[in-house]
Amino acid sequence: MNQLLVDIKKKAFPKDGGNETFTAIADLKFELSNNEFVCIVGPSGCGKTTLLNTIAGLDNEYEGSIGTNNNSTKLCPSYVFQTPRLLPWRTVLENIQLATQSDDSLPSIISILQCLGLSDSLHSYPQHLSLGMQRRVSLARAFCVPSNLLLMDEPFVSLDQTTANNARELLLSLWHEQPRNVLFVTHDLNEAIALADRVLFLSDSPSHIIAEVKVTLSRTERTTAKINEFKDQLRKNQPNIQQFL
Amino acid sequence: MLNTLKHAIQTAELPHHLSITLYRLTISFFLAMFLGTAIGLILGRHDKLNNFFDSWLIILLNIPALVTIILCYIWFGLVETAAIFAVVINKLPNVIVTIREGAKNLDNQLMEMAKAYQFGRYKTLRHVILPQLSPYIMASARTGLALIWKIILVVEMLGRSDGMGYQIHLFFQLFDIASIMAYTVSFIIIIQIIETAILKPLDKKSQRWK
Repeated sequence: MNQLLVDIKKKAFPKDGGNETFTAIADLKFELSNNEFVCIVGPSGCGKTTLLNTIAGLDNEYEGSIGTNNNSTKLCPSYVFQTPRLLPWRTVLENIQLATQSDDSLPSIISILQCLGLSDSLHSYPQHLSLGMQRRVSLARAFCVPSNLLLMDEPFVSLDQTTANNARELLLSLWHEQPRNVLFVTHDLNEAIALADRVLFLSDSPSHIIAEVKVTLSRTERTTAKINEFKDQLRKNQPNIQQFL
Repeated sequence: MLNTLKHAIQTAELPHHLSITLYRLTISFFLAMFLGTAIGLILGRHDKLNNFFDSWLIILLNIPALVTIILCYIWFGLVETAAIFAVVINKLPNVIVTIREGAKNLDNQLMEMAKAYQFGRYKTLRHVILPQLSPYIMASARTGLALIWKIILVVEMLGRSDGMGYQIHLFFQLFDIASIMAYTVSFIIIIQIIETAILKPLDKKSQRWK
């Protein structure tokens, strides 16, 4: 079974200059299983990006453990960053192929790009594309990689409302086609409710989980009105997450 | 002077010495660029190593070319290796310093991306690091070529019995100004050819995505 277990006891940074440390994460524990879509909501600066970087293996200096439930399956994450982070000197196709590490995946890459409406831009350089398109390329890159966990760090910020909504729909349809565990970080609760199976609420740093909410709405009925209704319910039932509502 | 140039070419004297100098130039240029890029990259990415070698680099950078050339000849004898080694030693610190600046300014976000997608060392170097260093490499290639020309002539003058430097020294003793000018013109032509046939197209290729 496809499962992610995260148990970070402590993640600290040295404060600039001195010997003091700044604790970003403390006693953060959760798990993902069965191709779940989980959103993480938290105040800005609470260590959401740090959490994703730690899970992605970019930062190995922490106390605790991150892994899958059995030792034979290796955790193999793909990461959609807050900025697209494409190599400006490589074309769209080259950018994706570099990440996938094999040449025989070309048809699948092209079909994913087609699905995202990028089939005309295969050989364009990223700087010639709009930001929205660059973000779609970075989304395509994450889905082309054979991963069992998709990490997303506010991938749709600084897009206008319509573009962001379209991008969210594309993300969901790709995810339905190629299901995997998704960990999606955002500061926007509406976005979280629109996308997730489950929402985790983080505290200020040192961050830990203060609440966990299952989104009971089915994906087809998540309209703005329904989402607001859902938030009203949360307001009543979950006193400890008022700051997010 | 043009007649002298023509005569020097016809007697195959100038092509002979020019090609020897070009051969030394090519070897020492590529050695200095390769080693300089590698060392510069390492120093730029590792602060501790950089702090340790920084003062050594400053010393090397400021030792007069003449001193290193003479020391090389004394230590290794008047041989080809000593000549090329002396040129490389003179050029190397400049390349290191330039590339080090480039390596310090590498985009960390792209490095993280490469790590997250498990690019591995070779792919990271080729697709992430080198394209970012290319302006620095081109800059040090251009200044390097100019510097190496100048140093190589001194090296040849002091300890070799062929090459452009040796010839110019000979003409100096004969006060043969026309020949000196003729050799200089042949230089300039070669430099222009290198610039337009090699460096400019390389520039264009590395900037095509902009």
